[in-house]
Amino acid sequence: MTNELIAVSVLWGFIFIYAVMATMDFGAGFWSMIYIHRARANATKIANRYLSPTWEVTNVFIVAIVVALFSFFPGAAFLLGTVLLVPGSIILILLAIRSAFLVFAHVAKEYEKALTYISGLTGIIIPALLISVLPITHGTFIEVDAGVPTLDLKRFFTSAHAYSFMGFAISSTLFLSSLLLADYSLEAGDREAYRLYRRNAWITGPISLLMAGGIMLTMRNEAAWLYDNMMEYWPWLAGSVAMFAAAGMALLLPSSKHPGVRGRPRLAVVAIVIQYFLASYAYGKAHLPYMVYPDVTIESAFTHPDTFRALFVSYIVGFLILFPGFVYFWRLFMHDKRYVRPK
Amino acid sequence: MDDLVIARSLFGTTMAFHIIFATLGVGIPLLILLAELLYQKTKDRDYAVMAKRWTKGLAVLLGVAIPSGTIAGVQLSLLWPGFMEVIGKVMSLPFQIEIYAFFIEALFMSIYVYAADRISPWMRIVSVCFVALGASASAILITNVHAFEGTPAGFRIENGEIVDVDPWAAFFNPSFFVTAGHVVLSAYMTGAFVLASIAAYQLLRARQDERVRRFHQKALKLSLTIGGVFSLLTAINGHESAQLLHEYQPEKLAAAEGLFDTQSHAPLAIGGWTDPKTQSVKWAIEIPWALSFLAGNRFDTVVKGLNDFPKEWWPPLFVHTLFNAMVGIGMFLLVLSIAAWIWQKRRASLDFPRSFLYSFVAAGPLAVIGIECGWIFACTGRQPWVIYRMMKTEDAVTQTENLALLFALFVAIYVLLSIAVVLVLRYYFRRHPVADDLRPSPGEDTLSV
Repeated sequence: MTNELIAVSVLWGFIFIYAVMATMDFGAGFWSMIYIHRARANATKIANRYLSPTWEVTNVFIVAIVVALFSFFPGAAFLLGTVLLVPGSIILILLAIRSAFLVFAHVAKEYEKALTYISGLTGIIIPALLISVLPITHGTFIEVDAGVPTLDLKRFFTSAHAYSFMGFAISSTLFLSSLLLADYSLEAGDREAYRLYRRNAWITGPISLLMAGGIMLTMRNEAAWLYDNMMEYWPWLAGSVAMFAAAGMALLLPSSKHPGVRGRPRLAVVAIVIQYFLASYAYGKAHLPYMVYPDVTIESAFTHPDTFRALFVSYIVGFLILFPGFVYFWRLFMHDKRYVRPK
Repeated sequence: MDDLVIARSLFGTTMAFHIIFATLGVGIPLLILLAELLYQKTKDRDYAVMAKRWTKGLAVLLGVAIPSGTIAGVQLSLLWPGFMEVIGKVMSLPFQIEIYAFFIEALFMSIYVYAADRISPWMRIVSVCFVALGASASAILITNVHAFEGTPAGFRIENGEIVDVDPWAAFFNPSFFVTAGHVVLSAYMTGAFVLASIAAYQLLRARQDERVRRFHQKALKLSLTIGGVFSLLTAINGHESAQLLHEYQPEKLAAAEGLFDTQSHAPLAIGGWTDPKTQSVKWAIEIPWALSFLAGNRFDTVVKGLNDFPKEWWPPLFVHTLFNAMVGIGMFLLVLSIAAWIWQKRRASLDFPRSFLYSFVAAGPLAVIGIECGWIFACTGRQPWVIYRMMKTEDAVTQTENLALLFALFVAIYVLLSIAVVLVLRYYFRRHPVADDLRPSPGEDTLSV
């Protein structure tokens, strides 16, 4: 494996982890907003219980992505930084509103509803904007004008491909978060909330698969090079669809731990994460060697080899230091019955 | 305004906004840690309550510090793509390591806040240690990038190409330790004085019950002590910072002091403003020989004046005022803490007279203003360079035009968040007065936010 491949794998790994964590995070914020008026359903409480300790950690990943991007691929950072000035700024503003009001909502109980609406609504727009970076890297929306790269916004907003990505982001956000919260509710022993989130997953799951199909269809017209490359990886895509089906089955099976409950949400969550992993692997692999088509490749954008080596060492040391912290965190918030079950 | 000025204003506004929350995010965890330790040592529940309330405030502040830090980090790439290309190749290590520090802080902040009732007191102290450590380490690492901009090392630019890259030499650039130390020490100082301000303000309010008074007095004593210690350390370190400028960025020191002619026995100008026409600092109090002594510990140290440098390399001359404000505030805070310490030793009492309390109330906001002046001085004093003598700011800026709308949007969001954070803090602490926390009740230890 070349240095460039290692670096891009780390970067893509961060993007994948963030994508999964952020969809759950933003989705949980959205559901907590939806169910805030139904005093009887514990659904909002469950969503908040998951969200409160995790959003800060999730937020670190987005910074980690940006840092990995410009430290491994400074050449790509130049073009992307220039082109993404406007969309990037809008994302930043929404992210600031979302995070701040999420915290404010927990502190100022009397205004909780209004504040939750602000954070919930901004939160559901952010994934759609974040994912837009992907179709932008396909290159068709970038114009070079007298040596200055610019984003052709008109073309972007009239592109079916761009919209299919956005639709996919929003539906996936709702889908993954419903599934996770279903699992979290069952862990908490709240069957009413479980049924609610399981139903939501049933609805949003097929929609997100449909949206993924939409991405492939529009890709054929708008980024043929990528479509052709992705088709080379069809077994991965087929595996991805199979895992989706497996998750569906897992939701139908009777629970082994909870008598009288239908569905094994933990199994479904794992299957869906594998589903997204397989698909993102096929997409990422097909995208190579281009970071931004057709001008920037992982070779042309790569950092200085000595810097890469130093960074790589720091990654290993950092991982060794952080891993126990993550395990401890997981045990306290995902596994500890005293936390997960409301008093 | 041209786009360079707008880009600088936008990024400057982001930093000016972020730095308030970031500084408190570094300073307050240290005070929380000390309160936790004092609680374990004295078993005085007041300290536990103190830690709890400070943590609550910190959690709200972090709700702004984290997204504004995210903005600052991403805006670097969006507004200064030319600069970040060099940073990516040469100086990305501190950014990378900062991510780990950031993770440590985020993980343990959540653990300290949301799992406080499920972990042992010992583990709570470990958690808050990691929060303080992670916050300080982030500050040190990010400041290192700023230090590198002033004293670049570990690369050369040859025909527009970056060559001879040594990432560790860049990491340990000449001003790393002194500059990073300055930022962290002054952050501890500021965090402490802001908490001292709050305690003093509470003590000034009329008719309070004795129990609540004693609580605020303890908080005041703790935060004044820490503020005093760190204002002394900041001053010592500030002296080293000035000597570093003398050695590595002489035109910045010359602009800070309004010195035009190179000379030994150079005077120190306090106050006034620099007039480029007459080449003097008008209305300043001049202390003869003092600048030479500060720069090199000897009166015959030759200090370079601005006239030794081409005019287009001169930093803006108003930095003299910023420099004076920063140093003046630092000195005032140091003198104030010493005076408070002497008074308290003499009288063996914490019942400070009202005039004292008013000065304490002013101390926190003043410290924040000092930090702002220091940052603006450090960054505008480096102009026209973004990387000293290596890359000009105008060559690093984005080529995208029409930044004015974005500038307006970001300013609006900072105004909105500032108002909201003040309202939320006021709302929360009015609803949850100290008196309620001091009254023992079952299940009081829950710190959930």
